[in-house]
Amino acid sequence: MLTLTSPVKTVAHSVPAGPKLAALGLVTVILFAMTTPLALTMALAILSLVIASCGSTFSMALIRSLRPLWPFLVVLALWHLWLGDLAGGAATALRMITAVAAASFVTMTTPLAEMLALFQRLLSPLARAGLNPKALALALALMIRFIPVMLDRFEILSHAWRVRSPRRIGWHVVMPATLAALDDATHVAEALRARGGAL
Amino acid sequence: MEKNLTQIALFAALIAILGLVPKVDLISGVPITAQSLGIMLCGTVLGARNGALAVLLFLFVTIAGLPLLSGGRGGFGVLAGPSVGYIIGFPIAAYVTGAIVEFWRVNVGLSATVAAFLGGFVVLNVLGVIGMSVMLDKTLPEAALLALPFAVGDTIKSVIAGLVTQAIARARPEALLSRA
Repeated sequence: MLTLTSPVKTVAHSVPAGPKLAALGLVTVILFAMTTPLALTMALAILSLVIASCGSTFSMALIRSLRPLWPFLVVLALWHLWLGDLAGGAATALRMITAVAAASFVTMTTPLAEMLALFQRLLSPLARAGLNPKALALALALMIRFIPVMLDRFEILSHAWRVRSPRRIGWHVVMPATLAALDDATHVAEALRARGGAL
Repeated sequence: MEKNLTQIALFAALIAILGLVPKVDLISGVPITAQSLGIMLCGTVLGARNGALAVLLFLFVTIAGLPLLSGGRGGFGVLAGPSVGYIIGFPIAAYVTGAIVEFWRVNVGLSATVAAFLGGFVVLNVLGVIGMSVMLDKTLPEAALLALPFAVGDTIKSVIAGLVTQAIARARPEALLSRA
């Protein structure tokens, strides 16, 4: 499985995750304060220039990340055509596209490991509330490691289904998949305990 | 201690794979991704606290940049988009689902179905609709119309969550943390 980080290296890749995240927060707040289509169009234009300066491969990947928005844009367009309030609809649509594109830009220019490390630092004050940072790190590693393992097993369960049934795979495979997750959790917990405990 | 941790981690992975696997037919001919089923199962199987923690771990990794949300979405964009209410609602939905299964001690299948419906459908959609209403600048009833097409699928998913939980209760009674 691939992360969302862009393999095309840009200048933004070398900026640390913390400042990028802070800037994203600020930009998003400003975007929500803007109400006129003109101001939001300018914001989108500036962001587009920044994105375009990173090359066509990067830009196309970023545009692809906006694809889940299209149903909402269709609804907005129809709704505001019907209301006759095109300016309001345009402002909402522009704000949404700009905010998501800015967020995607940060995600695409930050390696997953760096972002996870930043999140863990941000959560470290929670240690006093009982959130053990070592437990979080271990849980993260276990989860990421088990995704391919569980995908493989889901595949095997699907094969078993296809051997026995001419119908498409139904919800019944969710039960053995869940059961296997529980059993794996028990075995991994025993293995951790046998090796001196998790923490 | 170790078991809590491994169950949280592996159920976070379960939510991820339920969003990644090819769509399964809930009722014949209606393919729907099973990710929200994973959210419900976290609550019904792991209980309120651990279920919500599993969902939070899943979101932690997703927002950091692994494309694990159904449809291959991930990164900060999911917090800036119109579905943000659903993202915020996921851990709360799992918590409410788990709390109902823990407190309403009737037959586990019935309790889990009702809990999955109240948590994974009602609570989740209330927050999701509020999110869409803010992000799309619409009134709450208008935003609710957008959520309506998914109501049937989500109702079916709560029944499936109940059936799966009951089957788990029979197969591994000791592992069902929500009834521990």
